[in-house]
Amino acid sequence: MAGAGVAITGIGIISSIGKTMEESQQALLSGTHGISRIEHVDTKLRDNIWVGEIKYSNAELADLLKLPAGHNYTRTAMLGCYAAQAAVASLGSCDMDAYKTGLISSTSVGGMDYTERYFYKYLEDPALHPYISTHDAGDSSHKIADYLGIQGLVTTISTACSSAANAIMMGARLIKHGRLDRVIVGGTDALSKFTINGFNTLMILSDELCQPFDQDRKGLNLGEAAAYLVLESEEVVRKENRKPLAYLAGYGNANDAFHQTASSDNGEGAFLAMEKAFTVAGLSASAIDYINAHGTATPNNDLSEGRALQRIFSDDMPLFSSTKAFTGHTLAAAAAIEAVFCIVALQQQIVFPNLNFKTQMEELDCSPQTEARPAQLEHVLSNSFGFGGNCSSLIFSKA
Amino acid sequence: MQQPNNIIYKIEMAELKEELKGKIIEVLNLEDIAVADIADSDPLFGEGLGLDSIDALELIVLMDKEYGIKLSDPKQGKSIFQSIDTMAAYIAENRTK
Amino acid sequence: MKRSIYINGIGAVTAQGVWRADFFVESHPLQHAVNAVQQPSYKELISPAMARRMSRGIKMGIYAAQQALDEAHITIPDAIITGTGLGCSEDSEKFLRNVLDNEEQFLTPTAFIQSTHNTVAAQIALRLGCKGYNFTYVNRSVSFESAVLDALMQLHDGEASSILVGAVDEISDHTARLLQLIGYIKPSDVHETVKESKSPGANYAESATFFTLSQEKTAQSYCEILDLCLQNKVSQSELPTFVDKFLKKNGLQLQDIDALVLGYSGDSDFDGWYEQAEQLFDATVSLYYKHLVGQCDTSSAFGLAMAAQFVSDQAIPETAQYNTTTLDRPLKNVLLYNQFRGEDHSLVLVRSC
Repeated sequence: MAGAGVAITGIGIISSIGKTMEESQQALLSGTHGISRIEHVDTKLRDNIWVGEIKYSNAELADLLKLPAGHNYTRTAMLGCYAAQAAVASLGSCDMDAYKTGLISSTSVGGMDYTERYFYKYLEDPALHPYISTHDAGDSSHKIADYLGIQGLVTTISTACSSAANAIMMGARLIKHGRLDRVIVGGTDALSKFTINGFNTLMILSDELCQPFDQDRKGLNLGEAAAYLVLESEEVVRKENRKPLAYLAGYGNANDAFHQTASSDNGEGAFLAMEKAFTVAGLSASAIDYINAHGTATPNNDLSEGRALQRIFSDDMPLFSSTKAFTGHTLAAAAAIEAVFCIVALQQQIVFPNLNFKTQMEELDCSPQTEARPAQLEHVLSNSFGFGGNCSSLIFSKA
Repeated sequence: MQQPNNIIYKIEMAELKEELKGKIIEVLNLEDIAVADIADSDPLFGEGLGLDSIDALELIVLMDKEYGIKLSDPKQGKSIFQSIDTMAAYIAENRTK
Repeated sequence: MKRSIYINGIGAVTAQGVWRADFFVESHPLQHAVNAVQQPSYKELISPAMARRMSRGIKMGIYAAQQALDEAHITIPDAIITGTGLGCSEDSEKFLRNVLDNEEQFLTPTAFIQSTHNTVAAQIALRLGCKGYNFTYVNRSVSFESAVLDALMQLHDGEASSILVGAVDEISDHTARLLQLIGYIKPSDVHETVKESKSPGANYAESATFFTLSQEKTAQSYCEILDLCLQNKVSQSELPTFVDKFLKKNGLQLQDIDALVLGYSGDSDFDGWYEQAEQLFDATVSLYYKHLVGQCDTSSAFGLAMAAQFVSDQAIPETAQYNTTTLDRPLKNVLLYNQFRGEDHSLVLVRSC
């Protein structure tokens, strides 16, 4: 399949709808969301918001990962290790030293979950000091690399809610340029008081289950998750006799250059990102069979994205849905979990539903897919947009 | 609403507007602007002071923190935050502190 | 065939002031644990309406970016790629303090919005109206080098013809105190320059350094960037192989390197990697820069600016010289090596043009 793109040979995921691929797939097909009240973050907003929380405590996650006592893994790092380990395990065999292997991870919150807990306490309690160095975004990537035994190119991208799409993009570039033979790409973000309150100040958190692309949508539900893909060069695929799960055919990133947080009315950045992805893939818009939209369910995003989609696809809108009503908006991890959903969609030839949709937006001429249904899928598009006008699109193709 | 002709009410309104201007300058960090630069009827958004959607969110917090007024929908801000006049009138009528 | 890539513009805001012709003549080694930046006036570049929400790091980034673009005569680059270790630390800390101190009440969005790691790259794009590729790398001491790696690949491909690449790190008060608690920053009562240092930890300072990288060689071109490589872990005993492999890949041998630019930070626990690197090269000039601009996750960007300047001038001012070897040949190939606390190693190779 030379020319189809970069081979995706492994995937791993943990989110509020499942700690394995199989659980996630089952939830998507049966329409079972993972949105609940928050338990593991101590916040006054508990009764006002709904979140896609992974129902493991930090201690339980540490046990699952078999971390030694006295470790300094943040929740973000633990979720990342869990999903990245699953991605590598899904390969069957994987000798980390046999090929030039790298890790491109992403996170927005980094170690903020521990910083917000100990910010002032650090000054008094030296026993907490091992967590001080876990604050930065690079920490979780280092922990994941150590956990997997990767010695090589390790770096991190943080571009808010498009982060993981950009990590996937960078990974593909490194493979194409022969700088790496294998790269683990994705993102991880844990829920934190910092981000919950941050989004609350923007008044874009819904006090109900979120309703992407609905006329009466009230905002988003936050979530936490981690997901990773393994990308491998043609040579590794051949030598190791891999059966690719799918191919990353195209990618594009563009900036809306409109406002620090809001998207432009006509979705210019989103439009440009999709156009670039088509160019890289050598495909026209009509080749796209399904779109996993960013669809956060904020008034601004869904309007801007909807308009950009209509500009690209005009009268020929493919099936589309946002899976954020299942998982919540998992920030830097969002594009990674949605990449996994796209790959599963291609493998199973199934489109996942957009939950909680009732009424078409008056500004748009299209509605999302509301039921899981079989569909012939060759190429699917995944959109992810972030603060700072950061817009990314990925195209996945059937293996 | 109180009697518009009431002289005390007028003085109170004038004081409220001055106070409001000072607070807006402070919370929005409008370094180059003085209280005297803002006319009561000047539009706060777009032309005029040139505030934007982020400022509107800052003003919603100001209403809550200083005057005990909770606005749950950012869209409400559109009419209330038209000018110092409209803001002061809304505060005078709805303040809980 | 790979295209050549040139540094056509540089900008910086540092503890020694902004990037300028007599930068190195006017610089003095830093002696404090935490050093302030000598900031320029931002009024000409940033309107009051924009500036009122910007922390120091954002303003420094915008200033350095504009200098780099102006030097290269580029109005809007094809892409903007930045690196930062701690991101917008000031606003993160401000918002977090508000959350904790006010018990999640009366919180305003501005600090949260500006706390995002990609804020600087986004604000530069917004100011320029640049709708191109916009990435931010956040991985400690290879944050900047990751950005350069990304840019090199896109320029090699011809996907872009000019890219603005840069690095910013600001230091907020509480974060600095915490980094002192774990020995990353020297204690406040220690006053040592990098060379005098006998203690662990480094002298920190904020900085912003930007570059315009281009496929095209111009009269402004400082030098060519040939290649770079990154690795999360390299032990001191693995260092010779790490360097050797990189040079070989670029068709060079140890003796082809005319000067080394090393990330000596005065941290007695971790400067051994640089001593090890020096020993690999026999009688090669070694240079340093963190004594002038301080340590931060992305201060190595300034090392690249310095290397570019010296290669362009074909001269090395005394203030940058680390060892006593004098330069007795043209400054053609310069190798930069940096790491932080024994992790996140990078090698960058530049050549005169």
